[in-house]
Amino acid sequence: MENTYLAIVLGPLIAAVIAGLFGRQIGRVGAHTITILAVAVSCALSILVLKGQLIDGDPAYNGTVYTWMVTDGVNMEIGFLVDRLTALMMTVVTFVSLMVHVYTIGYMHDDPGYQRFFSYISLFTFAMLMLVMANNFLQLFFGWEAVGVVSYLLIGFWYTRPTAIFANMKAFLVNRVGDFGFLLGIAAIVHFTGSLDYAEVFTQAESMQGRQIEIFDGLPWSGLTVACICLFIGAMGKSAQVPLHVWLPDSMEGPTPISALIHAATMVTAGVFMVARMSPLFEYSEVALSFVLVIGATTALFTGFLGVVQNDIKRVIAYSTLSQLGYMMVALGASAYAAGIFHLGTHAFFKALLFLAAGSVIIGLHHEQDIRRMGGLKKYMPITYWTSLIGSLALIGFPGTAGFFSKDALIEAVHGATRAGSSYAYWCVLLGVFITALYTFRLFFLVFHGAERIDDDARGHLQESPWVVWVPLVMLAIPSLLIGWPTIGPVLFGDFFGAAIFVLPGNDVLGELGQGFHGAWGFLVHGLTSPVLYLAGAGVGVAWFCYLRRPDLPETLRARFAAVHTLLMNKYYADILVEKIIPKGSTGVGTLFWRIGDVVLIDGAAVNGSAKLVGWAAGVIRYMQTGYLYTYAFAMIIGLSALIGWVLWA
Amino acid sequence: MGLLSIIIWLPIVGGIAVIATGRNVSEDGSGFRLDRWLTLLISVLVFLLSLQLYLGFDSGTAAMQFVEQKPWIRAFNVEYFLGIDGISLPLILLTTFLTPLVVISGWDVIKKRPAQYFAAFLILEGLMLGVFAALDALLFYVFWEAMLIPMFLIIGIWGGERRVYATVKFFLFTFLGSVFMLIALIYLYLQTGSYRILDFHAAPLSIDQQIPIFLAFLVAFAVKVPMWPVHTWLPDAHVEAPTGGSVVLAAVLLKMGGYGFVRFSLPITPDASQTLDWLMIGLSLIAVVYIGFVALVQQDMKKLIAYSSIAHMGFVTLGFFVAWEIFAGTGDLAGITMGITGGMLQMISHGFISAALFLCVGVMYERMHSRQIADYGGVVNTMPKFAALMVFFALANAGLPGTSGFVGEFLVILASFKANFWYAFLAATTLVLGAAYTLWMIKRVIFGAVRNEAVAQLTDLNGREFFVLGILAVFVLGLGLWPAPLVDVMSVTVENLVAHIMNPKF
Repeated sequence: MENTYLAIVLGPLIAAVIAGLFGRQIGRVGAHTITILAVAVSCALSILVLKGQLIDGDPAYNGTVYTWMVTDGVNMEIGFLVDRLTALMMTVVTFVSLMVHVYTIGYMHDDPGYQRFFSYISLFTFAMLMLVMANNFLQLFFGWEAVGVVSYLLIGFWYTRPTAIFANMKAFLVNRVGDFGFLLGIAAIVHFTGSLDYAEVFTQAESMQGRQIEIFDGLPWSGLTVACICLFIGAMGKSAQVPLHVWLPDSMEGPTPISALIHAATMVTAGVFMVARMSPLFEYSEVALSFVLVIGATTALFTGFLGVVQNDIKRVIAYSTLSQLGYMMVALGASAYAAGIFHLGTHAFFKALLFLAAGSVIIGLHHEQDIRRMGGLKKYMPITYWTSLIGSLALIGFPGTAGFFSKDALIEAVHGATRAGSSYAYWCVLLGVFITALYTFRLFFLVFHGAERIDDDARGHLQESPWVVWVPLVMLAIPSLLIGWPTIGPVLFGDFFGAAIFVLPGNDVLGELGQGFHGAWGFLVHGLTSPVLYLAGAGVGVAWFCYLRRPDLPETLRARFAAVHTLLMNKYYADILVEKIIPKGSTGVGTLFWRIGDVVLIDGAAVNGSAKLVGWAAGVIRYMQTGYLYTYAFAMIIGLSALIGWVLWA
Repeated sequence: MGLLSIIIWLPIVGGIAVIATGRNVSEDGSGFRLDRWLTLLISVLVFLLSLQLYLGFDSGTAAMQFVEQKPWIRAFNVEYFLGIDGISLPLILLTTFLTPLVVISGWDVIKKRPAQYFAAFLILEGLMLGVFAALDALLFYVFWEAMLIPMFLIIGIWGGERRVYATVKFFLFTFLGSVFMLIALIYLYLQTGSYRILDFHAAPLSIDQQIPIFLAFLVAFAVKVPMWPVHTWLPDAHVEAPTGGSVVLAAVLLKMGGYGFVRFSLPITPDASQTLDWLMIGLSLIAVVYIGFVALVQQDMKKLIAYSSIAHMGFVTLGFFVAWEIFAGTGDLAGITMGITGGMLQMISHGFISAALFLCVGVMYERMHSRQIADYGGVVNTMPKFAALMVFFALANAGLPGTSGFVGEFLVILASFKANFWYAFLAATTLVLGAAYTLWMIKRVIFGAVRNEAVAQLTDLNGREFFVLGILAVFVLGLGLWPAPLVDVMSVTVENLVAHIMNPKF
């Protein structure tokens, strides 16, 4: 069995190395053939693993590949934990990755960095698989940072663009702030349990809760809470939660396929996966879960507002990703881990679909991304249109689509939670439904309906994208539409995850919800009576009214609510903090330390000062060495009389 | 003659031979150049011989191995006493591994007195190996001081414009520190009647005796590491040194400070180390945070990497001296070995990464004759192979898991968390600061559109440069993916050291 897992992981790695180092020799066709082949094999094997777990009832695998090092009694290993949670993630990751690989053939067709791009996305697939398949914190951190690096390389893929190389550094550094917390969390785990191994650490969760640590004198914290919050800070970086969300919209500087793969479907969901994986720890810390709940809810609502005012097609979708990641976190915070992972899975399909469809529009319009210069594309790009519609409906949670099942269940679960912060979270996610529908269909109507605002020379070439582009769209549209039907029952209310996810009996909101669950159809009917549907409908209606019926209205509203608009356009001024104040402050501190500390105090006063002192002392003493005999004789007489005087008087 | 003696004296004698052959070098350096081929041959031979040390090393014992012991100055009981354990072996291998790379990297680059240049590096290599292998304190001291001479010449003759200022500063700083060490060594001789370092370890010193000795050692070793606030010689020395000089300075010379702490300070004065650990931890954390900020604003690439070195060496001293705080915080010894192992790994890793980064700057400097960040921009457009390697080393410098840069920092952060949350907190700021100063430099130098005509004219790595950087990349990656072989070599020695230092001497 282990060989299968190794093949899943190493295939994309080997392909990435070959495409990266020998890209020139194997050419474009060689590069995409080998990477697609490797990812396809990974995907097929992952599906087999998932089938084995679900249908054949294979036991969870937990084994070591090799020992990284042993020091001080702590075993640091590389190894795999494959249970149903992992198998599900592996399948989602490799499937979306495969679709993106195929799509890239079309999207990057004319790019000089073709082989390099395939190498990167294959390397990303490897890193992401290492992350989800880890059975210990060391490997988790390795995968965590490795996906961050590939994201860094891919955001800056077009390295001559100043905006791209700014965005990739910003993304990496903001992520590093999260990783800073993550590493401290791992250190806390090792401190309290003496192990990095998941299984070993999980058995000690309760005892960790009892251990205390005083970070501030006189304020004892539960060790478990400190560890969980630190780990979650890592998730806030990777999964772009407020206030570490600032990097994700800028990451849209990267080519669109990676926006779909990394910044929508897989890497950004790593934080969600991590918290679910750590459910045996988080469950014992009410404080940490409330923290997750509040951060998630804030992200879900407030980044949604920002999506309403954006004009770049990819940025609108990026803000919607932020908001949806907030939803997933809310589910985790409410102890509805399965609902969070379920939404992660459905979101991966429809969000990748929306991004790839946006990419299809972008190539159709020759790299135009401003939705104010689109409109009426429905008749030119029918496949893109219909798949986008499916993606949009799934995103807003239209009854029957995948997004409906996952989001409705999630909101219901939060409604049932009693944890501190859960009512705040409930109102946030509820209002978020309206906002989601508003920005989603604002985008949809502005791009595909209404007046054509396209440049004339772009219109001449406007046509549906080639098959390598639209086939992945269709392949993703199918699960976006249908995947909810067969999966909601087993994933949310059955024993799908088994021992992979741990919920304390008192926290089991999904279990309570499940008592009223009678099949997907019943859930759908029940959904028709909930406020969620009507809020979504209202959002679509407002979008229709404002952008199709009365296109002059947004302008009026903007003028009327100028202050709000300015606040949203400036993204709550978070970017100013991150891009201006913090860098200026840091370089200011650095200059101060350097110019004052090093140059003036240490070198100027201490080093050169003592050199000067020596020189000065030597200069003074030099006056005594005149070379004249009478001076020395005189000094001797004075010295002698002083000596005699001292002897006599004392 | 034992193996250790051979690897120490072969390069020294060889260096003299190289000077003798240097006469045949023609004015333009053309033709067959016996001097550099001989240098390469000797340095590779020494490396191969040092591999024999590795193969023959028994990692199951903390006792000294490959021991050679002969009387030297009988009147003062001074001995020619050599031997290695799990702490010195990795540093010896680092030295013998890097010297051939330095020789190759200077192959066509050095135009002025090339034979003397190569000879200086060979002699320097022998002396550095002597420092790591010496078990007699006076012998150690002789190697320690003698090493300054070739380094002084390398910077003073082949250095940049302000080389005289830099060499004098370098010499005075390091020499001043060493004098205090000599006094401490003589005092220890008077106490124990021998110069054997192992006798010093066993010397039953009271705390009042230990503290002055500890401080004397501290001055010597802190300058070498260098620790804040005696670090200011390092950026100046690096900026003025030729590329090879910077490589050896950063990769090996700084490690002598760290080596001094584990070989002398910790085992000879454990109780003073415990009493003054607050000072050491404080200075280490200042190195990580303060120097991290200073590195952020550097305009000269070599200065930036020099400051980054100081920050990284902060982890070494933090890992070494956090031991007693761990014991005080948790009441048991778990984590102490991890901290010291982490410090050792950080030294080895920093040897690879700083060497690689200085070589990268050297590659650019040879082409553009500038080290100023502002003169570059968009190098990736004209030097793609070079850019790939430099980005890789930069990420390693930022402590990316999977590279050697991560291993030591990881262990030290884990260990310091056991002592105090805030130690780990401050140390972990390197994740952000280290990434910020390194990647900001990369953004300005490597990425972007071609900035000026000079960058547009750049040619990519030649085979020689690619070989040197490539082989370093392999080691940085290898050590990051599988550090176990290195850890296994040192683990018994480190455990033995921990047992020794956690036992009060009185």
